Amino acid sequence: MTAAGKIYGINGPIVYLAGDFGFQMNEMVYVGEERLVGEVIGLTSGRTTIQVYEETTGLKPGAPVAGTGAPVSVTLAPGILTNIFDGIERPLGAIMEESGCYIGRGVHVPSLDKEKKWQTHILAETGAYLYPGAIIAEVPETRAITHKIMVPPGVEGRVLSTVSDGAYTIEEPLVTLETGDGQSISLTMTQKWPIRVPRPTSRRYPISRPLITGQRIVDTLFPLAKGGTAAIPGGFGTGKTMMQHQIAKWSDADIIIYIGCGERGNEMTQVLEEFGELTDPKTGNPLMERTTLIANTSNMPVAAREASLYAGLTLAEYYRDMGYHVAIMADSTSRWAEALRELSGRLEEMPAEEGFPAYLASRLSQFYERAGIVETLNGNEGSVSIIGAVSPQGGDFSEPVTQNTKRFVRCFWGLDKSLAYARHFPAVQWLTSYSEYLSDLSSWYAEHVDKRFVAYRNELILLLNQESSLMEIVKLIGSDVLPDDQKLVLEIARVIRLGFLQQNAFHKDDTCVPLTKQFKMMEIILYLYQKSRSLIAMGMPMSVLKEEPVFERIIAIKYDVPNDRPELFDRYKEQVDDFYNSVIERNA
Amino acid sequence: MAIEYLGLSSLNGPLAVLEGVSGAAYDEIVEMTVNETQKKLGRIIEVYEDKAVIQVFGGTENMALRNTHTRLTGHPMEIGVSPDMLGRTFDGIGNPIDGLEPIQPEMRLDVNGKPLNPVAREYPRDYIRTGISAIDGLTTLIRGQKLPIFSGNGLPHNELAAQLVMQSSLGDDSDETFAVVFAAMGVKYDVAEYFERVFRESGVIDHVAMFINLANDPVVERLITPKVALTVAEYLAFEKGMHILVIMTDMTSYAEAMREVSSSKGEIPSRKGFPGYLYSDLASLYERAGIVAGRKGSVTQIPILTMPNDDITHPIPDLTGYITEGQIVLDRTLHGQSVYPPINVLPSLSRLMKDGIGSGFTREDHQAVANQLFSCYARVGDARALASVIGEDELSLIDKKYLVFGREFERRFVGQELFDNRTILDTLTLGWELLGLLPREELDRIDTKLLDQYYKPSEDSDREMNR
Repeated sequence: MTAAGKIYGINGPIVYLAGDFGFQMNEMVYVGEERLVGEVIGLTSGRTTIQVYEETTGLKPGAPVAGTGAPVSVTLAPGILTNIFDGIERPLGAIMEESGCYIGRGVHVPSLDKEKKWQTHILAETGAYLYPGAIIAEVPETRAITHKIMVPPGVEGRVLSTVSDGAYTIEEPLVTLETGDGQSISLTMTQKWPIRVPRPTSRRYPISRPLITGQRIVDTLFPLAKGGTAAIPGGFGTGKTMMQHQIAKWSDADIIIYIGCGERGNEMTQVLEEFGELTDPKTGNPLMERTTLIANTSNMPVAAREASLYAGLTLAEYYRDMGYHVAIMADSTSRWAEALRELSGRLEEMPAEEGFPAYLASRLSQFYERAGIVETLNGNEGSVSIIGAVSPQGGDFSEPVTQNTKRFVRCFWGLDKSLAYARHFPAVQWLTSYSEYLSDLSSWYAEHVDKRFVAYRNELILLLNQESSLMEIVKLIGSDVLPDDQKLVLEIARVIRLGFLQQNAFHKDDTCVPLTKQFKMMEIILYLYQKSRSLIAMGMPMSVLKEEPVFERIIAIKYDVPNDRPELFDRYKEQVDDFYNSVIERNA
Repeated sequence: MAIEYLGLSSLNGPLAVLEGVSGAAYDEIVEMTVNETQKKLGRIIEVYEDKAVIQVFGGTENMALRNTHTRLTGHPMEIGVSPDMLGRTFDGIGNPIDGLEPIQPEMRLDVNGKPLNPVAREYPRDYIRTGISAIDGLTTLIRGQKLPIFSGNGLPHNELAAQLVMQSSLGDDSDETFAVVFAAMGVKYDVAEYFERVFRESGVIDHVAMFINLANDPVVERLITPKVALTVAEYLAFEKGMHILVIMTDMTSYAEAMREVSSSKGEIPSRKGFPGYLYSDLASLYERAGIVAGRKGSVTQIPILTMPNDDITHPIPDLTGYITEGQIVLDRTLHGQSVYPPINVLPSLSRLMKDGIGSGFTREDHQAVANQLFSCYARVGDARALASVIGEDELSLIDKKYLVFGREFERRFVGQELFDNRTILDTLTLGWELLGLLPREELDRIDTKLLDQYYKPSEDSDREMNR
């Protein structure tokens, strides 16, 4: 028996019912004659408050509100990948077929294709006792990803019967279980899961492996772990979206969930077009085959924007449970926070800092804590990493969303306006950014790349910090008066900035760089520094060193050495040696 | 026959409250008759059981609690649209004010529009030649883009907008299907008159639909003006296959109007007293730019906003920048040096530029030249800062070269005559000429191959320096 009521009042996306009609908190409801989707967000004996996920234009007091008896949930089954959904998992492609190029109201389309038959390989055996999370069947969802059909959490029992391998829709029964109390349950490919509840796991593993992105400033200087959290704050035009796109394209996650939360429609179109064309360097398949988009653009209803982040997380957790490494791009969490603020204002709640509700911090922490690397219920290892863009008001990092986010993420890639103005991309400011994962991951780097990796990385950071303090002096008196060893620091820092930190997303080799090349680049830059320093120590002036083209050659390594030819680095080493010898010869 | 309700239960600023209604819908339009003669429109912005809060267009003057009849229309705000609207002038809610006969509408459309499905969009890739070097070269405008002009009071944003309209319409790709929709929200009479005169003199007036809400017109109408204009633009673009350029000025007045109405509704303010939904509301306007896959037309938006106190971090420019696909920022210092257009290129940006330029669109070196000019000009700022401390004479040779580059860049590349219409190739050639003022090893953003092909050190760079 589901509850039903009548609308009393309407204010933007918020609808009030006078009295209590037996709805549950977070229950999904249908509002009005057009059956708009909504969620119960407040209950008192005198008033029920509902947020509506669609435009409320035309709703009238007295119109019916029907409960569904279940919380707002997403449907989990094959067909999620390559798809694009709105904030409450309605497929935008199907909506277009239904209501044309504009998104209409009250469109009811199933989240996933119920007609399509999937080639299914059954793994469950009759007589076996299955626990929650056990894999009962496999479906090749795309060329890259095998979708594993699992026993839903909370269900267990002995297999009474299974169907044979073949093509099935997501609603056809595959396996029949007999539960402990003698009931029989038939399992299909489909599960439902409430978006605000984390899916269960066996336990969490400690952080141990990096999420390799192919972006030098990330992988080398401020690495992110699989199962970790990172924030990218930056004013408009500093390249947040670009950086998210780069990580979505090139990171070594198995699955990407890209949440466009309150952002531009054209950007989502771009992702759709571009990811369909680009191929995954690992598998050679189109990137779209490992990607799901959740698009709730800025002009779509604000309540669904709030829900979109949770919907995306739940999809990610579902794939994690199959044993995949999933990365979530949330662009942008500030829009989500602003949706909270907008709804909170409509509810006439007492505002805290800058008009944001007082529960902003706890909501943010709940969101980021759903990341992690875990042992799944079926004993596999899977992870969810969250990369959240933050759009601080006026580019000022002291505002509440940035500050609260900083408390709950362990990786902070602060984007800088002046770097962006000089078109230095990625515009990650190396002095303010940090990664707390560095120490967790140093043993991985030592084992898989090189023992000296972290030491070299620290040396790079040291040089950049020295440059920054020297620049304070240069700003006052110019660089001519500095002693030669300090001039060398400035020159090497320039090489690091231009040749290493700056990365060209539109260059075929430079857009994604393997760790070995990153290491070799660091190595050659530091070798150049070491050789130049001994020249300076011999009394050679910096002006003589700079006559040699070697500095510019090393800056150009990122373009000149293809990613698959690390052996070319030996030649650069020779060039540095030649440079050393020729300076000595000519000036001895 | 719809019921008429006599009287109101309260009036406060632009808001009226009507009690005892039945069947009032959220966002519905009502017709009000004051003193049996004067007609006004209103919009229901809140409903509670039998009580409706109505936002009255056209001001609440001479309204009293007893002299007003209200009739529900049963539909949200609509406007009748027709291709004949081009060449005409309307008030802020779409009534003709040019003394000509009323429009015979072909269809009636809800002005609120509906969000365009991202799946139905086509990613914009065709550039629009504006003939302005700073825009074409560094922040290229793309058909279907929303690119605002961030300006300040007293800066020549109107001249720039007028120039954009004329040069992009009269360029090489000019055709009959180009049209302009002009929405003025709370602008001064002189500004509206300026635009009309320029459109008339340049002969584009037959392709312009103007929606004018002057500074002393009712504030509530101002909230509807851009919605009406964009509805007409969408109709012309996606139903009639035309390429529409929408100029909206001044977005600051629009946002101020929103704040005024919000505060009289008693809503909880967020930043600087603006309502919490400022972002969503602005987005519902700006996101109406774009291209629909499989249809011919496009909607390109150039909103103009004046930054209060030239502050780019003020909520209006700030939120706008987060929604739009870039921005063109005007600068008072450049204006003071008589540089027209005074575009400060460093904070200016076109997000869609990267996919609409280069070989096949403009020329293969376009992106590299743009990046290099940005990077060199950013360095000019450092050199100038240093010069102001230690004096120009004490600068190193290379810093001095940057100063010369900066001067020439501002004078010749950014600056150009009013209605000087440059081709993309002119602009790129000029860019290379300026880069020639700097030694080749400073140009770290350009491929060696392109440098070999295009770079030519300027012979008179030393002469320039002695000047």
